[in-house]
Amino acid sequence: MGAIYIMWLRELKRYVRSRAQIIVSLGQPALYLLALGYGFGPVFAKAGAGSYLQFMAPGVMGMTVLFTSVFSGMAMLWDRQFGFLRETLVAPVPRLHIVLGRTLGGATVAIIQGILILIVCLIAGFRPHLWGAVPASFIFLVMIAIVFAAMGASIGSVIQDMQGFQFLMNFLVMPIFFLSGALYPLKNLPRVLGWITHADPLTYGIDGLRGILIGSWQFSFTLDVAILIALAAALLCVSAWLFSRIQL
Amino acid sequence: MIRVENLTKTFDQFTAVKDISFQVDTGEIFAFLGPNGAGKTTTIKMLTTLLRPTSGHIQLDGFDPWVKQREARQRFGIVFQDPSLDGEQTAYENMELHGILYHVPHRVRVERIEQLLRQFELWERRDDYVKTFSGGMKRRLEIARGFLHTPKILFLDEPTLGLDPQSRNQLWTHVKALNEAEKTTVFLTTHYMDEADRVAYRIAIMDHGAIVAVGTSAELKARTSTDSLEGAFLALTGTSLRDESATSTDAMRRFAQMWQRR
Ligand SMILES: Nc1ncnc2c1ncn2[C@@H]1O[C@H](COP(=O)(O)OP(=O)(O)OP(=O)(O)O)[C@@H](O)[C@H]1O
Ligand SMILES: [Mg+2]
Repeated sequence: MGAIYIMWLRELKRYVRSRAQIIVSLGQPALYLLALGYGFGPVFAKAGAGSYLQFMAPGVMGMTVLFTSVFSGMAMLWDRQFGFLRETLVAPVPRLHIVLGRTLGGATVAIIQGILILIVCLIAGFRPHLWGAVPASFIFLVMIAIVFAAMGASIGSVIQDMQGFQFLMNFLVMPIFFLSGALYPLKNLPRVLGWITHADPLTYGIDGLRGILIGSWQFSFTLDVAILIALAAALLCVSAWLFSRIQL
Repeated sequence: MIRVENLTKTFDQFTAVKDISFQVDTGEIFAFLGPNGAGKTTTIKMLTTLLRPTSGHIQLDGFDPWVKQREARQRFGIVFQDPSLDGEQTAYENMELHGILYHVPHRVRVERIEQLLRQFELWERRDDYVKTFSGGMKRRLEIARGFLHTPKILFLDEPTLGLDPQSRNQLWTHVKALNEAEKTTVFLTTHYMDEADRVAYRIAIMDHGAIVAVGTSAELKARTSTDSLEGAFLALTGTSLRDESATSTDAMRRFAQMWQRR
């Protein structure tokens, strides 16, 4: 237990201490929100789909949580490079505890970032259909954060260098974002694209956020929750397994 | 306490450790000497659950470290050759994290952290980020951290690399005291012959992945008909330089050191 806590705390400390990084990492989603939200707004409204800002705010929240949590897991690469990973690998605690602490820490940071970007959305003019729904949306923030922090930790356990990191950013993380319905509705897509979006874990997280915050569901609360919980459990197991196999 | 039989480690094509066997008794201080790239660190990694042996058997206090990782890890402490501190945390936080990972109870932890940080003259800098420390200070912190809990077996992989004489002295005094008071078994590697001569009961000389001789300093000297451990070392391993792994400045420094002493 102590090991989980201290590894969790370490992630949190790193976050709180890097104030510059907090601003930078909120900058990107804020840019999406403002540039795309206001930019595509008129076209979206003309197509009879309502307010684009309303539509994409939950998507941008999902995006923030996705990137923050995956990055936190991949940050294991730095610990490998600077050697701190070694210290945790020989400690007399199950490696499961180490990786769980790291993952939960990364997820906690991602949830905080998600909430901060929600505030940015509210300032930018986003209005949830029910104010009471705002706390309920945290359920989905938490699940998205855990799924992707565990994915990040799995990746971090495997990649050894910057090339691997770049490759996975471009060919896994970016597609997860673009194919998730964060930026456009998933209705009436070409068939193959439709299948791919259904295979994207983030799709269900964004659907949950959007459902709760603006009352528009593609799937249903139960389906989204079931899929995200199953994925979180599976990815936590995968990360624990991969982490326990690390050799240096 | 440590028993190694026919241990081999092969990376792709390259065999870093070739069929070595040795034994370290409980309460013994055992030193590995060998030129750069001899396979010392690789051996320690296999002993400490970081690497899986290609073949051979290891027993740490009766446990195979690869199969019974948890049991093995509970028995040893280690100071790595390469840095393993968290630069984004303070010296104190690094110590505390270690204490928690190694189940050192709170009261003992607070006491020992202060005592060790004072002993290695880091107490005044305890609240500074480790990334702001000099190389030697980082090294001292790693060593202080390694002494925070009291394991049955202590692995020290070139612990004195880059340390000033005062800290080096502190380190060996502490190691000897631990060894006497707690019967801690110590397994160390070093490039400083005088250190091995001073602290180790027995010395194994390793070269090109194999152990070429094992014995007390006196035995090694007698075997090679030399009057210093340095002489014995050079007689056993030759004088050519072989560092595939070390950086060139490191190699230069070590090279210069070897020749100065003659
Ligand atoms: N992960 C690895 N992959 C490939 N080769 C490796 C790996 N680790 C070590 N080696 C090689 O194994 C050999 C032994 O390395 P090792 O680090 O054990 O030497 P050492 O005796 O500790 O040397 P030094 O005194 O320089 O620390 C070296 O030639 C090194 O290049
Ligand atoms: Mg070495």
